[in-house]
Amino acid sequence: MKLRDLAHSRTGDKGNTSNISVIAYDPKTYDALRGYLTAERVQTHFAGVITGHVTRYEMPLIAAMNFVMTGALGGGVTRSLAIDAHGKGLSSALLDLDLPDDLLTAAV
Amino acid sequence: MRTIRIGAGAGYSGDRIEPAVELAEKGALNYLVFECLAERTIALAQAAKMKDPNAGYDPLLAARMKAVLPACRAGGVKIVTNMGAANPEAAAQATRTIAQQLGLHGLKIAAVSGDDVFADTKTSTMPLDIGGTMNDLGNRIISANAYVGAASIAEALAGGADVVITGRAADPSLFLGPLIHEFGWALDDWPLLGKGILVGHLLECAGQVTGGYFADPGFKDVAGLERLGFPIGEVRADGDLVVTKVAGSGGQVTALTVKEQLMYEIHDPTRYFQPDVIADFSQVRVEEIGHDRVHVTGATGAAKTGELKVSVGSVDSFIGEGQISYAGPGAVERGRLALEIVRGRLALTGVAVSELRADLIGVNALHGDALSQTQGLTPYEVRVRVAGRTESMAEAARIGEEVETLYTNGPAGGGGAWKSAREVIAVASALIPERMVTTRVQMFEA
Repeated sequence: MKLRDLAHSRTGDKGNTSNISVIAYDPKTYDALRGYLTAERVQTHFAGVITGHVTRYEMPLIAAMNFVMTGALGGGVTRSLAIDAHGKGLSSALLDLDLPDDLLTAAV
Repeated sequence: MRTIRIGAGAGYSGDRIEPAVELAEKGALNYLVFECLAERTIALAQAAKMKDPNAGYDPLLAARMKAVLPACRAGGVKIVTNMGAANPEAAAQATRTIAQQLGLHGLKIAAVSGDDVFADTKTSTMPLDIGGTMNDLGNRIISANAYVGAASIAEALAGGADVVITGRAADPSLFLGPLIHEFGWALDDWPLLGKGILVGHLLECAGQVTGGYFADPGFKDVAGLERLGFPIGEVRADGDLVVTKVAGSGGQVTALTVKEQLMYEIHDPTRYFQPDVIADFSQVRVEEIGHDRVHVTGATGAAKTGELKVSVGSVDSFIGEGQISYAGPGAVERGRLALEIVRGRLALTGVAVSELRADLIGVNALHGDALSQTQGLTPYEVRVRVAGRTESMAEAARIGEEVETLYTNGPAGGGGAWKSAREVIAVASALIPERMVTTRVQMFEA
């Protein structure tokens, strides 16, 4: 199972920092997602892509998490050499993350 | 309780024009807001103004104004925009000329200026987010603009303006200004100001809350993106918000589209720093109450910091780039060989490159080899891309030239070479005490 099966996502940029939202389609899966998708796991997923640190903020009322990643945009949107200087595609990269197949059953 | 209808007519400088016309004609609006000023745009506009004192405002201002002014005048819809960029006065004068040409006599256009703090700060020791101080940028610094708040926009509206044109105002403040004016919200009523910031935050990127930047076929399908409708916020005097759009336009307003935009470009949801307030989105609830109608509640706010963010533009470096394509069996191997050759050529011919990026578009260009799982991948075609940073335009041009010469000197079957070289205007940020920034409103009448 991929994260894409349970959640949708959007990337935003400010300077050299990217934020990626992860929003559960079904709020009932939020606790399981929150338990698995730690800031450390996201940091590992993006190893080699970002140079900074990942911080997670929780928004339980809308069943969502916000991952804020520093050093994510090649020195900043305005001077990056990257083809996607804004990092718009990072949300899709995160949705490609593998989830344990028993994530939801294990949480019940 | 009274409700104000605010439409968002643009989400960035180059945005589509006809959705704003649709809003002006069919949205039953009170206000139409155009957010058109990105971080770097103001630095480029400042450079344009230095060359020509009548330049430095948004290049699409005339096209947008011509398109919407007749319907806005007919419907009593007021316009608020940051299309003034580095030169709100010149933008207001240009708008006055357009209004006169359209026969819209008596139209009042306000220019809000004062965000330009370049002269006062360029040699200061104010620290930059990228490290160092403004003074360290020396003669590379070209602009410094403070993000101003909603108060001067409300003041312009109170003065009878039909059109308010700002420079570097904070994006959500373009929406908060009309709310302060219409509802008489106090400038220290932090919970209400926080709610107003949420209105602006959800609407400012226009199509991004009505189904744009959202579709993912099979998971999130959106109909009619070629005629995407831009959003309308129905805002009550107590800050209660319903997001909707013109009936029959493309796209959709759902809990999902609103949640994605709610979290767009925010960091800590309990502290979204704005010139007017520290907004708190952490307790926001989102509820679908009808077709393309989403009710949003629960935003609040805390006292503002008293500091304004300053966007500092400087000449940073040059970027040269080249691309060429390979197809068929062995395309990836020939692409990788091409990258090796270009690296070798740049070294051999002594091109000083401080940073170099070598990508295979279609394989690893966006997120590198690890995330792209490129092991054993054999796409039918790849596009080689080399981009490098240099200290001169001449050296930047050398990068694209070394990609182009792969035509006759590189691997078999390279086609479609393309090259570019450009100067990089980089943007950093600093914080300035609010009292150092004085905004002023100047009125022009058609």
